[in-house]
Amino acid sequence: MTKVVDRKPLSFYERTYVPALWEGLKVTARHFKRSVQGHNTAKELGEGYYPEVPWRVSEGYRGAPYLVRDQDGHTKCVSCQLCEFVCPPKAIRITPPGPDGPPADRPNAEKMPREFEINMLRCIFCGLCQEVCPEEAIFLEDHYSLTGLTREEMVFDKERLLKLGGVHAGTQKWKNKLEEAAAQESFPVATH
Amino acid sequence: MPEFTDLLFFVFAGLTLLFGFLCVANPLSRNPVTSAMFLVLTIISMAGLFVLLHAFFLAAVQILVYAGAVMVVFLFVIMLLDLKEEARRKLNRVALTAGVLAVSGLAAILVRAVTAARPAALALKAGPLAEGDTAPLGRILFQSYLLPFEILSILLLVAMVGVILLSKKDLR
Amino acid sequence: MFETLFSDPTVQFIAFSTVKILVVFGVVMTFVAYAVLVERKVSAFIQDRVGPNRTAPPFVMKIPVIGPFLVRCGIFQPMADGLKFILKEDFTPDYVRKVYFWLAPAIAVIPAFLTLAVIPFGSQLSAGPGAQKMVIADLNVGILYTFGIVSLGVYGIVLAGWSSNSKYPFLGGIRSSAQMISYELAMGMSVVAVFLVVGDLNLGKIVRFQAEHGWMILYQPVAFLLFLVSAFAETNRLPFDMPESESELVGGYHTEYSSMKFALFFLGEYANMIASSAMMVTLFLGGWSLPFLGEPAGSLWGGLLHLGIFVAKMLVMLVVFIWVRWMLPRFRYDQLMDLGWRRFIPLALANIVVTALVLALVDGWGKGT
Ligand code: SF4
Ligand code: SF4
Repeated sequence: MTKVVDRKPLSFYERTYVPALWEGLKVTARHFKRSVQGHNTAKELGEGYYPEVPWRVSEGYRGAPYLVRDQDGHTKCVSCQLCEFVCPPKAIRITPPGPDGPPADRPNAEKMPREFEINMLRCIFCGLCQEVCPEEAIFLEDHYSLTGLTREEMVFDKERLLKLGGVHAGTQKWKNKLEEAAAQESFPVATH
Repeated sequence: MPEFTDLLFFVFAGLTLLFGFLCVANPLSRNPVTSAMFLVLTIISMAGLFVLLHAFFLAAVQILVYAGAVMVVFLFVIMLLDLKEEARRKLNRVALTAGVLAVSGLAAILVRAVTAARPAALALKAGPLAEGDTAPLGRILFQSYLLPFEILSILLLVAMVGVILLSKKDLR
Repeated sequence: MFETLFSDPTVQFIAFSTVKILVVFGVVMTFVAYAVLVERKVSAFIQDRVGPNRTAPPFVMKIPVIGPFLVRCGIFQPMADGLKFILKEDFTPDYVRKVYFWLAPAIAVIPAFLTLAVIPFGSQLSAGPGAQKMVIADLNVGILYTFGIVSLGVYGIVLAGWSSNSKYPFLGGIRSSAQMISYELAMGMSVVAVFLVVGDLNLGKIVRFQAEHGWMILYQPVAFLLFLVSAFAETNRLPFDMPESESELVGGYHTEYSSMKFALFFLGEYANMIASSAMMVTLFLGGWSLPFLGEPAGSLWGGLLHLGIFVAKMLVMLVVFIWVRWMLPRFRYDQLMDLGWRRFIPLALANIVVTALVLALVDGWGKGT
């Protein structure tokens, strides 16, 4: 349902910008005065200043994308390369295992990537990789301060991504699938 | 220091000619923006000549109006049109000769006029404009030459209205 | 030998001019650096933040009380900023038009400094006929000179936008050329009324007039407002920073610039702010005079006092510039043009006509010179 808000035509006085200017002046002056008296947001939240006290990351923050492991410590990624394809700045580079590469380290997957690199200098933290991943293997986590002294250092390889990503035992796609499948066996399908 | 001013005159005159030449026939670049920028430089060095004549007002207005406003609009248009064609075109021999002929003809007329009007030119030097202040200039414009001035203004106004009429596509 | 050399007026003139130029340049550069600091601090305070408060050279924190206080104020931040600008990688993209890409920052900075040449910063430093005026170039057409130079400033931005050869800078450049031309008109017309009242284009004489008859802002409030707003547009400051407009054009004309070349644009913007503040103080706020301090100084101390007054007024105007930036949102481009052409120019014209009429009717008012 769309709600139509009628715009009141501005009076001449309002169209001179004077009232808007005056209000703006008042607001900024108020904040300025408070700040000069020593108030500021960081203090009000009861926190310190940034480098000493790390920033409190809020829920749903999109930080750096990392690979995660499942509850058994297996690599979740199956090297489907969808994320590589969708990534707008082409930050992801995946080397698939190839026809005679090593098999996946978990039962219900065929393969896993031989190498998986994310160039954090290119990544724009858009979250498309997380959204596209069919295996729920890549997540944007809460790291916001990525620093390095060289460009090479900022290309995170598979080891590093998996280590940083940690275990996501909560999102167990295959368990859910199994349950769904099991539920479907007994699904009351009308058989005429 | 009369010698110094004379020297400056030659410097500015030389620069004006050089920049003017580079504006129309730059051997290094056929880019229209470069030409426009050289035209700006030409205008600025001409303003320098005005300063040497103590016509400060004219110098300032020259820069303000021509270099600062008209040329910016020029540049604006050149950039928007993106004249790649123009940049690729080589110097055209026929156009070059025609241009040289026209310029030398103009120069001949100019030299002739200056040599013929020598006494009058000298008389002008002693006139009220010599100091180049704005007040005498205004007085001349608005007293002795009021009618031509107003006619010019009307002409400009007409041109302006005409441009607006022409650029408006749907005349209601 | 020195004596004889310095008694020659030409040598004296050259020596004093050089000193004045160097001093003004140095002072303005310092002002620019600290204007940036003030900008950052003011913006932080308005947004409930703390602003730069950490940069400290190694020894400073050792000084008791004063050291930490200075660091908290961010006094050393500009130096760190400057150092950073110099040391950053100066990157020239491959696709730019090299010559103009290098030329543009210089063209953007130079006019800002040239404008300062005609501003009378103070009266004089000593009494007597040989006293040097506190202005670098005492031109009879001072204000026209300023406008001429300011109008050249747009080339820096336009060329930067064009030579970057990519779309956002180009849009920024195009916008700025249209904007600067439009507001130059309004600005120029607003000051015509001032000259009608004073009867002279020389900035020094305008200040003298105000010292004797009261500040111009009292006679010409409309002109002052027009000039103030146009100055915001001419210096590309919010609410009129169309050419930059970070949120839509990335960084506008300087998107492709880095390191010192970018710093030059930055410097140009602040130098422009300083120049237009100085201009406003000169034209409307009485220059170096105060209502009870109108006489040209007769001694060194009086001269310095006048200088101080001028600088203080200029700083107030600078803070106004900065404050407004953190107060108002950006105008839309069509609103900007509308304001310039359909409101300001007619208003300025009307102001001229009214002033002229009043001058013609009220005999004896405004015949300052
Ligand atoms: S967050 Fe976006 S940019 Fe970063 S790797 Fe994923 S898809 Fe690529
Ligand atoms: S992270 Fe996900 S989308 Fe990317 S290759 Fe692995 S399974 Fe496919």
